[in-house]
Amino acid sequence: MSGEAEALREPWASLRRQREAASFGMWLFLGSEALLFGGLILAFSVNRLLHPDAFAGAGHETNVVYGTVNTVVLLTSSLAMAVGAEAARAGLRELALLGLSLTLALAVAFLVIKGFEWSADIDEGLFPGQAFKLAPPAAGIFFAFYWFMTGLHGLHVTAGISVIAWITWQAWRGERPLESPAFEAAALYWHLVDIVWVFLYPLLYLGGRS
Amino acid sequence: MSDIAAGQPVPGEAHPRQGLRGGPSYLTAEHGLAAWFLTTDHKRIALLYAAALTVFFFIGGAGAVAIRMELFTPAADLLSADGYNRMFTLHGTVMVWFFLVPSIPNTFGNFLLPLMIGAKDLAFPRLNLFSWYLFVGAGALLVGALVAGGVDTGWTFYTPFSTGYSQSYVMAAALAVVLAGFSSIATGVNFIATVHLLRTPGMTWFRLPLLVWALYGTSLVIVLATPVLTLVLLLIVAERAFGLPIFDPALGGDPLLFQHLFWFYSHPAVYIMILPSFGVISELVTCFSRRQVFGYTFMVYAILWIAVVGFLVWGHHMFVSGQSLFASLVFSFLSFVIAVPSAIKVFNWTFTLYRGQITFEAPMLYALGFIGLFTLGGLTGLFLASVPIDVHVTDTYFVVAHFHFIMVGGAVSAFYGGLHFWWPKVTGRLYPEAWARFAAVLMFFGFSFTFFPQFVMGFLGMPRRYQVYPPEFQIWHVLSSSGAVLLAAAYLLPMGYLAWSLIWGERAGEDPWQATGLEWRTSSPPPRDNFRAVPVVDTGPYFYHPDKEGPRHDRREAHQNQGHET
Ligand code: HEM
Ligand SMILES: [Cu+2]
Repeated sequence: MSGEAEALREPWASLRRQREAASFGMWLFLGSEALLFGGLILAFSVNRLLHPDAFAGAGHETNVVYGTVNTVVLLTSSLAMAVGAEAARAGLRELALLGLSLTLALAVAFLVIKGFEWSADIDEGLFPGQAFKLAPPAAGIFFAFYWFMTGLHGLHVTAGISVIAWITWQAWRGERPLESPAFEAAALYWHLVDIVWVFLYPLLYLGGRS
Repeated sequence: MSDIAAGQPVPGEAHPRQGLRGGPSYLTAEHGLAAWFLTTDHKRIALLYAAALTVFFFIGGAGAVAIRMELFTPAADLLSADGYNRMFTLHGTVMVWFFLVPSIPNTFGNFLLPLMIGAKDLAFPRLNLFSWYLFVGAGALLVGALVAGGVDTGWTFYTPFSTGYSQSYVMAAALAVVLAGFSSIATGVNFIATVHLLRTPGMTWFRLPLLVWALYGTSLVIVLATPVLTLVLLLIVAERAFGLPIFDPALGGDPLLFQHLFWFYSHPAVYIMILPSFGVISELVTCFSRRQVFGYTFMVYAILWIAVVGFLVWGHHMFVSGQSLFASLVFSFLSFVIAVPSAIKVFNWTFTLYRGQITFEAPMLYALGFIGLFTLGGLTGLFLASVPIDVHVTDTYFVVAHFHFIMVGGAVSAFYGGLHFWWPKVTGRLYPEAWARFAAVLMFFGFSFTFFPQFVMGFLGMPRRYQVYPPEFQIWHVLSSSGAVLLAAAYLLPMGYLAWSLIWGERAGEDPWQATGLEWRTSSPPPRDNFRAVPVVDTGPYFYHPDKEGPRHDRREAHQNQGHET
């Protein structure tokens, strides 16, 4: 069976249409995700306006080195993902697998670095609660947002890793034809994860240092 | 009058097409449990949803029974204050997220959307099945939380009570609602993609039946509003589970922020619940008055207008929260603005009836009941949208009556109306008409009897969410609780005769109502792939009479189905 025929699924009559649907559906989902993070960023901004000083002081305590390195890692992974998806579409098997694997490696690296950062944060007393080291009460709110935002983003990274790992594994074993629209859809999702970080990074790491 | 009664042969009408089209029906095409639980057929998934929703309707209904029994007397007889809180929370949470939000979209929408646009299935059949599993998983989690001890925050989960004080299973319930939300989003994405990409040749946007438009508008709202609910509920979970003090007033956090975000979802959510029933009513009213719908394009724009402006009125739930008076006035104004498209729809249904050949089959009785009850519910919404009146009646039974008129008198009636209308298509059997008419009338009276007294006692000052009350309100509560008995009977009765009809009901032809939608030009029940040959469309919907003239008054016009075979 040719890859095209194998990639075609019910209820579609043509692969072109099916591909269109996969991207379109993913865009709709990204619209939904945009409101999820949009609401969160709005809530953060409201609190920042209410407590400018506490937020500036608390923002100064985040670990900008880890944050910046991670930004670079994640942006690069998005590039690798774009290469992987485009290569899959063009039928370049080696390049596609390379791009996808590199994406996975960078994504895992992101989480590992994030893990080091989180544990350093906890050691420093930056988790709201008994051991919290900052005095202004609203600093606790800043760090509540910090943990929630990075945590929720981390969950999205994890979901992305699972999906990309799954389709890469299938492609590697030859079970998923390169024509499958899943690569492009996964790439779209991965770029969203990336863009969200592009907003979180200045809000959490740079805001307190301006 | 009598010579235009339904079911009579019509001059010029083709012989009803007999026999199956395109192979065995979807019900018999495959056998075995796996063929149901792993199916990707939108019609089977619709039935899976229907089964799950029935279970939740009973669970939510049990909560209502407990509430109405407790309120029969002014004293606390059956439930403690805490137990009562848990009961109305159970009732609200289950009914809103596990019955009303998915009700019409996931049953009729799933079943009919592909049929009405001439498609084989939804755009993402496996996502559709996945959404059902998410929904059932969410439901199991919620039932687990309820069995473990319940939740006492009300369906609104207001902070700081839900974050700092409540001793109940808030986290499990919130996560269950989050999961159910994912399931809704999946359905919404699926519907939008289907309408964009799978319309049959000739089915242009302005030829779509209004139910399809309504589902489309609903899906847009679902996709854009639900994530905000997910967000606030996750914030509550984070505060309870990890002590992240986002809404904690002790640290300068803002509990009102929660209300803003919650209502940013929940006002649009009321339209998620009512828009699909607008679509159903449009189908019923046109069919049983043999009229083209009055003002089709206005109906479409009204749906889109509601979908958009619905996002701008959330602050009318917060008039007494201490938000600025300026904000309240803006929200009040916008709430009046959003009543306009709803009113347009009511007027257009009424004009559709005007000079129509009206017959009173059960679905039509439900539809007419809907129009009346929805109008009352909508008008009292305007009372509530004016700040001075709202300050007087906020958090009273007046509000309770307002939204039950719309959500129960409106949406649930529409659900039952649609159930009767499409029952022959879904099952291939006709329901017993006399019983159905009786049930429809009983539902109207039972409903009014239950909820109209709540307007009165609310206006007199009876607050919501208390299990004890001053004795002067007892008369109204007794009326309401007695009406609820009738209402319950009206809900149960169809379950009985519909089940009966599955075995003993008369077999339905392809098009028992002589309706115009594409779903009526395939066999009842339809084959797995819906149509033998792809239907092609070159007219708009609702061709119940020739275009430029109204229907005749002396005999029934021949109707014309929207599609024809290639
Ligand atoms: C005609 C347009 C409508 C207007 C102007 C309107 C207005 C309002 C207002 C101002 C309130 C707040 C009352 C208060 O808490 O003091 C309210 C409550 C409510 N409305 Fe409406 N409404 C409309 C349509 C609907 C629809 C279509 C639904 C449902 C399908 C609905 C369901 C609700 C619910 C559930 C509440 C109570 C929420 C709660 O506090 O638990 N409304 N409405
Ligand atoms: Cu509202």
